[in-house]
Amino acid sequence: MRNLWLFISKYNAFFFFIIFFAAGIVLTLKNNAYQRSIALNSTNEVVGSAYERLNVLKRYLNLGQVNDSLAQENAKLRTELIALKNIDSSQTTKVKDSANNEQYTLVAAKVIKNSITSRNNIITINRGSLSGIEKDMAVISPNKGVVGFVQDVSPNFATIRSLLHKGTSISVTLKKNNVFGSLVWGDGNFDFRKAYVKEIPNHIKVNLRDTIITSGAGDFPRGIEVGRISKTRVASGDSFMPLEIVLFNDFSTLQYVYVVKDRLAKEQKTLESNLPNEQ
Amino acid sequence: MNSRTIFINIFRWFVLLFVQIFLLRNMGFYNLSTPFVYVLFLLVLPFGIPNFLLFLIAFGTGLTLDAFYDTLGVHTSACVALAFVRILFISVSVTRDAFDEPEPSLGNMGFKWFSIYAILCILAHHLVVFFLEAFKLNEISYTLVRCLISVAFTLFLVLLVEFIFHNRKAN
Repeated sequence: MRNLWLFISKYNAFFFFIIFFAAGIVLTLKNNAYQRSIALNSTNEVVGSAYERLNVLKRYLNLGQVNDSLAQENAKLRTELIALKNIDSSQTTKVKDSANNEQYTLVAAKVIKNSITSRNNIITINRGSLSGIEKDMAVISPNKGVVGFVQDVSPNFATIRSLLHKGTSISVTLKKNNVFGSLVWGDGNFDFRKAYVKEIPNHIKVNLRDTIITSGAGDFPRGIEVGRISKTRVASGDSFMPLEIVLFNDFSTLQYVYVVKDRLAKEQKTLESNLPNEQ
Repeated sequence: MNSRTIFINIFRWFVLLFVQIFLLRNMGFYNLSTPFVYVLFLLVLPFGIPNFLLFLIAFGTGLTLDAFYDTLGVHTSACVALAFVRILFISVSVTRDAFDEPEPSLGNMGFKWFSIYAILCILAHHLVVFFLEAFKLNEISYTLVRCLISVAFTLFLVLLVEFIFHNRKAN
C-alpha cells in the first residue's frame, strides 16, 4: 500500500493529467452537439448490435401486447379497406392522382433500444441507410401517435430523437379548427405520457378532450392523431396559451415504429431553400 | 510565493483573457489560423507552483475561455494538456539552481530555452484544441495545417509580448 502511494505521488503530474483531461473530454462530449453526435455514431454500430441480441429475449415477454395491438391495427385497416371498396364500387370513373397518392411510404422497424427516463430520450431502431432511411425523416407509432425524428443513420441502424427530447418540436393542429401549434416535451414536465402544445393563440376556444393531430407542415403527414387535451390554462400577460395533452401512444411499451419516407421532401426543401432568408 | 507574485498573476490572467476574448476572438487568417495568446499566462506561472494547483488553474482558465467561446470542454482539455507538457519539460530541462528564478519568462531563462519551451507547450495545446474541434481523422491534413499555422501565429504573439514586457535582465 505504501509503495503504491509512493508510486502515485512520484508520478502525480501524470495522474492529475489523466483526471483533469478526462474531465475536459467529458465536458466536451456533454456540451457540444457536434462532437457528441460523432462519438455516438461510431459507437452506434457496436452498441446497436449488442442491444439487438438482448432484445430477442425482451420481445418474447411483450408478445401478448404486441399481438393485441397488431390485431387491433388489422381490424382497423380492414374496416378502412371495406369502406374504401364501397366507395370504389359506387364510382364509375376513376381519377388517378399519382402526385398525391404515393407521397408517403412507411418502413416498419423494430425498436431495439428505448429510453423514457432521461431528459433527452433517444430510440434506436434496426433499420438504417440500407433500408433507405435518412436523417430528419419522421417516425410514427403503429396505432396512433408520433414518435420523433431520425437523428443519425448508420448502414443497419438509426437513432431517433424521440418526442421526449428537448430539441424536438412537431407542428400540430387542433382537429376541429386547424389552429397551428407546436408539440413539445420537457420544460419541467418529464412524464412520458404527457406533452405540451405551445403557440396556440389565447382567443381560440379549446375544450378538454379535443383531439390534436399533426398539421402536415414539416415531415409528418397530415392527420396523425397525437393526443387529447387534458389541461388548459391561460398564462397571464402572454398572447399564447400552453395546452397539456395526454399522448395516445405509450412510449414505455414501444416495440415497432414506422419511418415515414416522404417522396417529395427533397423537392420541397430545395424549393424552400431558394427563398431569400426571411430574417 | 509572496502576495506580489499572486497579485501580478491575477492581473495577468484578467488582462490576457480580456485581450483574448474581446480582441483576438475576432481575428483570423483566412479561417486557417487563430491565435490563442492567453496560454502565455499558463507558460509564465511561477516555478514553485504545486502540480495540483497548476492543473486546477489550467482547468479553470480553460473553462472560463470556453464559456466565452461556446466550446465547453475543448479549451479546458487543451489547457490541461499544456500544463502536463509544461511540467514534463521543466522537470527534464531545468537544473536545480535555475529554480532560483521566480518564473519561466523570456528575460529569466534566455531566448533559446524559452522558445523551445513555448513551442512545445503551444503545440500540445493547439493539437488538442483543433483535434477536439474537428473530432475526426478524415481531414487530418487540413486540421494539421490549421494547427501549425496557428502555432506560428500564437508563438509570434507570445514572443512579442515577452520581448515587450520581460526583457529587463537580458539587456
